[in-house]
Amino acid sequence: MSAPLLEVSGLTMRFGGLVAVDTLDLTADRGRITAVIGPNGAGKTTVFNCLTGFYRPTAGRLLLRHPGKGEVELQALPGYAVARYGVVRTFQNIRLFPRMTVLENLLVAQHTELMRKSAFSIAGLLGLKGWRDAQATALDRARFWIERLDLTRVADEEAGNLSYGVQRRVEIARAMNTNPLLLCLDEPAAGLNPRETAALGELLQGIRAEFGIGILLIEHDMSLVMGISDRIHVVDHGKKIAEGTPAEIRADERVIKAYLGEPDEAEVPPEVAQDMPELEGPRA
Amino acid sequence: MARTLPDRLKDAALAAFVALLLAVPFIGLTTINTDVGLRVATRWDWVLWAVAIVFAGRILFGFAADAVSTRRRRTEARGPLVSEAAGRTLGKAFAAAAIAFAVTLPFLPFSDRYVLDLGMTVLIYILLATGLNVTVGLAGLLDLGFVAFYAIGAYTFALLAKFFGFGFWIALPMAGLVAALFGVLLSLPILRLRGDYLAIVTLGFGEITRIVILNWQSLTGGPNGVGGIPRPTLFGLSFDRRPQEGQQSFHEVTGIAFSSEHRMMFLYFIVLLLVLVCAWAVWKLRRLPIGRAWEALREDEIACRSLGINPVLVKVSAYATGGLMGGLAGCFFAARQGFVSPESFTFIESAIILAIVVLGGMGSQIGVVVAAAFIVLLPEFAREFADYRMLLFGAAMILVMVWRPGGLISSREPTLTLAGGKQPAESVVRGVGS
Ligand SMILES: Nc1ncnc2c1ncn2[C@@H]1O[C@H](COP(=O)(O)OP(=O)(O)O)[C@@H](O)[C@H]1O
Ligand SMILES: [Mg+2]
Repeated sequence: MSAPLLEVSGLTMRFGGLVAVDTLDLTADRGRITAVIGPNGAGKTTVFNCLTGFYRPTAGRLLLRHPGKGEVELQALPGYAVARYGVVRTFQNIRLFPRMTVLENLLVAQHTELMRKSAFSIAGLLGLKGWRDAQATALDRARFWIERLDLTRVADEEAGNLSYGVQRRVEIARAMNTNPLLLCLDEPAAGLNPRETAALGELLQGIRAEFGIGILLIEHDMSLVMGISDRIHVVDHGKKIAEGTPAEIRADERVIKAYLGEPDEAEVPPEVAQDMPELEGPRA
Repeated sequence: MARTLPDRLKDAALAAFVALLLAVPFIGLTTINTDVGLRVATRWDWVLWAVAIVFAGRILFGFAADAVSTRRRRTEARGPLVSEAAGRTLGKAFAAAAIAFAVTLPFLPFSDRYVLDLGMTVLIYILLATGLNVTVGLAGLLDLGFVAFYAIGAYTFALLAKFFGFGFWIALPMAGLVAALFGVLLSLPILRLRGDYLAIVTLGFGEITRIVILNWQSLTGGPNGVGGIPRPTLFGLSFDRRPQEGQQSFHEVTGIAFSSEHRMMFLYFIVLLLVLVCAWAVWKLRRLPIGRAWEALREDEIACRSLGINPVLVKVSAYATGGLMGGLAGCFFAARQGFVSPESFTFIESAIILAIVVLGGMGSQIGVVVAAAFIVLLPEFAREFADYRMLLFGAAMILVMVWRPGGLISSREPTLTLAGGKQPAESVVRGVGS
């Protein structure tokens, strides 16, 4: 197998005295779904924040192997530039542009490319042909993802007026409009009903197969994680405590302990425990 | 929240007490001129009346506010008054009618110097508010010192004319560019600021600009201002009765009898042209990546960054574009007055321009036009009320904001639709029903 798309090594993030992420290693490959699971407060979102340039890690290396641009150290880039190298994320508490329509949200995602093609607005103001073609292409891409995520009916609605489940889909569609190499999803199934969750699983598998991009998935819904992940990393208190295939993780003692905890520090919401029926046993 | 009667009485009594405290010195005591000098007289009956009016008024006001808020809740449940698609058609019709009116105004029978002058003032404020609307309405960046760009544009022309003899048409783009440059300079220190801090710093920028102009005597003439700013020419033709050496005048060349009103009309058409060009540019920019990035920045800066948008560039471009239009307005202002002084660029101007943007509905060009007309014309029509003019004006502003908290035009027009301009029928139905 070739070298992984993303190689995180020794990632550490400290907030004052709190070590949110502690010398974490992680890899993500193209065409595979890599899940990161762990109890609330384990540091999963912090890993994403470091990866996508929102936090500058205290220590560690985030190496991206970009097919066109070679090896890129993400931690050295300014925050906004990470997305330009193809690492794009969604947010645990959805962040759309609420007063803009779904279609506009998807076009904003293509900003970097469109800005160049509009010659920083000059070609755009003059309405030159090159710009009009670029705009048509952008619109086609947006339309493709609107249809793919079943958003046609709401494409011209303001994103803020949509239901939670639909907003989640818009956020994924928006991320895909940046043409990413690595799609980082922070709890995409939170707030979805079981039917929506199942559809999300199919969608992610479809994206993986069709576009060959890497997907990094933080998720609490164990049926989803176990069903679609190629590899799972389990994090607790900022440290990786286990890594393996879904089957291996299911059987791992440390994972069971981290999730169900010693009786005095059970942080896990009951629904997670329900999602892992096989883990019920050891609690007794 | 409907309150009980005793509550209301207590509330009104409190208001009456405050009124009493204020009324005793302000109304109760008055000075009378007598032969031997000033004498203080008392008018306790007036005080009593004032307190009684406040007491009754406060109770009535409470009931009125309740009625308004219940009705608002009911209207909200029923959805918008006009469907979005109908609103858009209405907007287009309004824009066409407004442009047609503006273009024909100088030729209408009732049009005279006073009307044209007023028209120009309205247009200058539309131009200023169109610029500020980019910064505040679209990009969501507060700017309480917008008058700085107005001043910079005006002084750029005044000084270029004074020291280098530049004419209006060459100075116009330069005034715009210099103001845009100052927009960039202003945006750099405030990139990380938000809310109150942003308000304070931009306010300071406006004041600093005015104070620098006031004190830099050798360059700007300080409080004396700069005079002798040349009038604009039409392809080299002057509108003066006796043009300067080597210049031809409009009435000589065209053979139309000289009238000083022609110059007014010419100035009017210049500012109308500036407004149309700037409004068109903003309309166009909103539909380009930069304009969508402005709005996206207003909506969610963090999401912008996650999509590879550099917020610094977006903010800088928003301040620069707004500044550019402020500079153009300033240059025209200088040409129209023939004289500039720091007095024209005080904080109240920034406040008025911002009021136009907020009153119009953040981001709406039609809103800007309506609000500018409202804010400039209302005090004019209220001239008969003399001293109470500004009071009336304030009351009208408050009423409008109570009636339409989102501004006159609070719905946002999408920059494009999937249906390609045509709204899908289904969505119209939903717009009305839900
Ligand atoms: N900006 C921050 N400042 C201080 N502490 C933070 C910050 N971000 C996250 N943390 C802390 O880091 C820990 C990990 O949080 P997070 O990554 O959000 O967990 P998870 O996503 O796994 O639930 C928590 O204890 C949280 O309070
Ligand atoms: Mg989290």
